[in-house]
Amino acid sequence: MSNLRWKVLTVLGVFVVFAGLGVYPILAARYHIPAPGWLMDKQLKLGLDLKGGVHLVLRVQTDDALRLETDTEMERLRSELETRKIPVTNVVAVNVTQFRVEGVQPGQDAAFRQAATEVQVNFDRSSGTNGTYTFTLKPNIQVNLRDESVVQARQTIERRVNELGVTEPSITQQGSGGDQILVQLPGVTDVERAKQIMGSPGLLELKIVEQGPSPTKEALTTGGQVPQGMEVVPGAPGVPGEPAGTVYYLVKRVAAVTGRDLRNARASLDENNQPAVSFTLHNEGGARFGKVTAENIGRQLAIVLDGRVQSAPRIESRISTDGRITGSFTSEEVQNLSLILRSGALPATLTYLEERTIGPSLGADSIRSGVLASFVGLLFVVLFMLVYYKLSGVNAVVALVFNLVILLGLMAYIGAVMTLPGIAGFVLTMGMGVDSNVLIFERIKEELEAQRGVRAAINAGFARVFWTLVDTHTAALISAAFLFQFGTGPIRGFAVTLFVGLVSNLFTSTFVSKTLFELALARKHQVATLSI
Amino acid sequence: MHIFKDTHFDFLRWRWHAIALSALIVAAGVFTIATRGIQKGVEFAGGTVVIEQFDQAVSIQQVRAALEKSFGQDISIQEFGDPSQRQVMIRVAQVGAESGASLGTTADALEAALKQANLGNFRRQGTEIVGPAVGRELTTKGISATVLSLAGILAYISFRFQLSFATGAVVATMHDLLVTFAFLAFFGYDLTLNVIAALLTITGFSTNDTIVIFDRVRENLRGMRRDSIGTIINVAINQTLGRTIITSGTALLSALALFFFGGEVLHGFAFTMVVGIITGTYSTVFIAAAIVSFWRGSAPTRAASHAPATASTGAPPQPQRKQKPQRKARAS
Repeated sequence: MSNLRWKVLTVLGVFVVFAGLGVYPILAARYHIPAPGWLMDKQLKLGLDLKGGVHLVLRVQTDDALRLETDTEMERLRSELETRKIPVTNVVAVNVTQFRVEGVQPGQDAAFRQAATEVQVNFDRSSGTNGTYTFTLKPNIQVNLRDESVVQARQTIERRVNELGVTEPSITQQGSGGDQILVQLPGVTDVERAKQIMGSPGLLELKIVEQGPSPTKEALTTGGQVPQGMEVVPGAPGVPGEPAGTVYYLVKRVAAVTGRDLRNARASLDENNQPAVSFTLHNEGGARFGKVTAENIGRQLAIVLDGRVQSAPRIESRISTDGRITGSFTSEEVQNLSLILRSGALPATLTYLEERTIGPSLGADSIRSGVLASFVGLLFVVLFMLVYYKLSGVNAVVALVFNLVILLGLMAYIGAVMTLPGIAGFVLTMGMGVDSNVLIFERIKEELEAQRGVRAAINAGFARVFWTLVDTHTAALISAAFLFQFGTGPIRGFAVTLFVGLVSNLFTSTFVSKTLFELALARKHQVATLSI
Repeated sequence: MHIFKDTHFDFLRWRWHAIALSALIVAAGVFTIATRGIQKGVEFAGGTVVIEQFDQAVSIQQVRAALEKSFGQDISIQEFGDPSQRQVMIRVAQVGAESGASLGTTADALEAALKQANLGNFRRQGTEIVGPAVGRELTTKGISATVLSLAGILAYISFRFQLSFATGAVVATMHDLLVTFAFLAFFGYDLTLNVIAALLTITGFSTNDTIVIFDRVRENLRGMRRDSIGTIINVAINQTLGRTIITSGTALLSALALFFFGGEVLHGFAFTMVVGIITGTYSTVFIAAAIVSFWRGSAPTRAASHAPATASTGAPPQPQRKQKPQRKARAS
């Protein structure tokens, strides 16, 4: 008897805990019943397909990060060679991971190798004929750089999305190459703005102008060759005070300061009351900027954003920490730009692989049909069980309700997301969930026919079926696990529902159902018949 | 109440007929897929889908006429959801370039073409734009998930039962996947992510069903040592027949509820489940059990040197009627 009391208490305890976690917050939210905040935070969340929102899959072009590393090291070696006065005929990039130095004179070999020691931390050097050296980015460094660029891109997107003020965004890495980022923004409907803000490189560079603006590229080069350590950058269209059409500037390749030196950026107005972005540099960047501007008073400073010169004001005096980006901006562009600059540059460009938007009314329709289907399915199953198994059917129905409550509670507890396929998973869990009860009840019937007593028949029925249930549930869990592995978004929601449903079903069918039988038979001494 | 009380159907007698029927369906499916192709959903094929809600009722023909000029013949247009909502789902194969933020240009071009056709105001309710790279990756992932889950089940059943049982269960499950594919092709359903999820669920359901019967076979093997495996399997199927019908019935009812009330998005999913539940039940009896009977041959399971120990196992009484020996079985 006391054994049974403990079982009943366990069953009731489990029910109360999961009902509190899963069902109460839903009712509280719907009927405005007070509930503690931590409980409401745990409430079962709706997936994007039910709530509406934007779902984007982006790929990080990790080659960009390798190219940047190769370029930077190549420039560093070039200037090192210049300071040490080692003549070479050419320093040229071969591909994203390789560059080549040509024409090192035979007598200078040792000196060249000396100069290249620092580069060789990350690069392998191989020598060819005629004083040619090829530097290749080390394979392990390549892997690290690719991984880092994806992580940085994800963090940058996170910062930008947070600045956008989206509630409960989800930003995760995925894909077989690990270079994809899944962004889910519930409730967002303006895809274009979201995409623009997430995808802009946001790379700000301030560079000293050597020559320009000029209407053609050719005017800035000598015999088609860009001078060493320089580059030609096009201007942004429609910059005020500049000639119409695209113009070009010849600027120093190495930036005086970059977006990484920014402490803050905010929307403001320039002296003509045009929208502009004011920025503040942190101390170290400010010191460097002060030195460069002091040395170059009277020259132009190009403000280059994502490879386009936005404006090139003349340096009037030494500037240390505060500056302003002017150009032909609308006030909305200025808002977006300052947001992008505040959250930092992307380490690599992004491409969009997949875009999905679900309008809120579409999601509401899905919920309505999903819930309707669940109720109809539940009704069918309940009616059948009651008609076929009579009073024992009540036992099965109670177990079914238990199953659903535990399912809701567990999903809320582990922070799973309810999706439309997840609702389908609910319906199927109900349909298949009664399988265990049917299996047990049919076995009890057989045992009763074998002229056993009611109690013995029930005990034997549960005992014999137990391992069958373990086997069937394990096999189903195996396929649910692989389904989870395979799926994205909604499918994962389905796999989780299925998985949790299987676990809770095993508990309700073997433990709750048995306890209910024991409870029903406990007060009677001699039981002759069982309503089954 | 008892729908099947003490039945003695000789299921294995029909195994060759059943295998012929399954082969016919699968062959017809393969033929349909080879000639007409199976339609891939936008997740796999790539492309642009928009769902537009119109202020006034428009016909499919009107929408098609508006779009044909710029998008050619290969447009799929269908009503979406309740007719009173005046929602139309349009799918084209094109996507904007996969670079930068221009993936959505096709969707914008679609809307521009609709605006020009003077069909009244409309609002975009949803979009789904998938570049070709995603589809390729999903296909490999889907195949590997199915193969791995079958391998996992094979390993588990071999561990808990025997290799012959595991092979039977896995072949039956593969049969179910093929038959379901065939029906998807016959009825022209798109192969979407939801359909794949349903297919993977069917692997679980079908195995579940098979294990229940195998478990009974295993139990009977201990008590019926003089009988051939064919007899034992027949007895096991008959013993669990009530359960098989009821479970498949309730699962089928749930899947039918989804099919009729679950809304547009779940239609393909529910259809796949309905087909899968039916074929899953059928294959347990006629494919999985048949394979075990072929594998184990028709000899008695144990040389009848001593009497079967039915009393000690406490199993319910075995059917008294003598089963016919399995002469027809061309077991290897």
